[in-house]
Amino acid sequence: MAVSLAHFLTVSAILLVLGIFGIFLNRKNVIVILMSVELILLAVNLNLVAFSAALGDLTGQVFTMFILTVAAAEAAIGLAIVVIYFRNRGTIEVEDISTLKG
Amino acid sequence: MIATLSFYAFAAVLIASAVMVVTSRNPVHSVLFLILAFFNAAGLFLIAGAEFLAMILVIVYVGAVAVLFLFVVMMLDIDFAQMREGFQRYAPIGAIIGGILLLELFMVVTVWRFAPEAAALRLNPNPEGVTNAEALGRILYTDYIYLFQGSGIILLVAMVGAIVLTHRDRPGTKRQDVGVQVARAGTVSVRSVPTGAGLKEIGIERPPSPDDEKPRQVEHQHGGHH
Repeated sequence: MAVSLAHFLTVSAILLVLGIFGIFLNRKNVIVILMSVELILLAVNLNLVAFSAALGDLTGQVFTMFILTVAAAEAAIGLAIVVIYFRNRGTIEVEDISTLKG
Repeated sequence: MIATLSFYAFAAVLIASAVMVVTSRNPVHSVLFLILAFFNAAGLFLIAGAEFLAMILVIVYVGAVAVLFLFVVMMLDIDFAQMREGFQRYAPIGAIIGGILLLELFMVVTVWRFAPEAAALRLNPNPEGVTNAEALGRILYTDYIYLFQGSGIILLVAMVGAIVLTHRDRPGTKRQDVGVQVARAGTVSVRSVPTGAGLKEIGIERPPSPDDEKPRQVEHQHGGHH
């Protein structure tokens, strides 16, 4: 028996829920929140690759590559913002970041 | 059979390391478990038949993004014990929302089916007899060339933005200031001079430099004459 699509979808659903749970659990640490976002994007990528393999369609893999690009850019910008915020304030607690009022 | 067994192994380690990423006490351990999760996700990609993406995941995520996380976590001097406050406070609502979401996702996965005409609607059917990387390259550089260039521009903008955000001017460093150089007047001039003539013969005055002022020390080794 080959690995079916439902197996991949189950793993990806668990991974997505773990990422969302991580955002709730680590309310203070921005870096772990960024890691949770990476986990969520990994779950999305796993879904796209699984559907691409099940259908025999390469479009999902192309889309996964673009998601990887955007995720890398997002991680770089997010960590740069964290670094500069820590340099100015000396903390990275999310609850303290309430002064960005536009 | 081997594919199924390795799928379960990769999936179990992936989910376990994802749990450790979220619940680990030390963010450095979180980053290391994130790297393990990426490796196992690459294994799952291999089982699904996406070899090129598996390699890209290892290179880009493990080699660049996870190392960037590790760098930032170790560079910032953060009181991690203080970060743990409120961990139990937010855990119940997170568990409730996550449980509801997981239940809904399982309900979707169990009752869902492909449409009967799904196979006929494929945009880029997997070609026979070529590798995964070649098949991806055939469509990525032709049909999706504008999206490909656009993702390159996104990376460029992200790189410039990260440099601009984290770069800071330190006081006291000496640096070339082009504006001051261009706006300077009167101290530099261009003259046509005859060839072979010295500067003093022509009458060009230079500000004395400290090296010229010093008379050369000549040692009289033989002393005075008798």
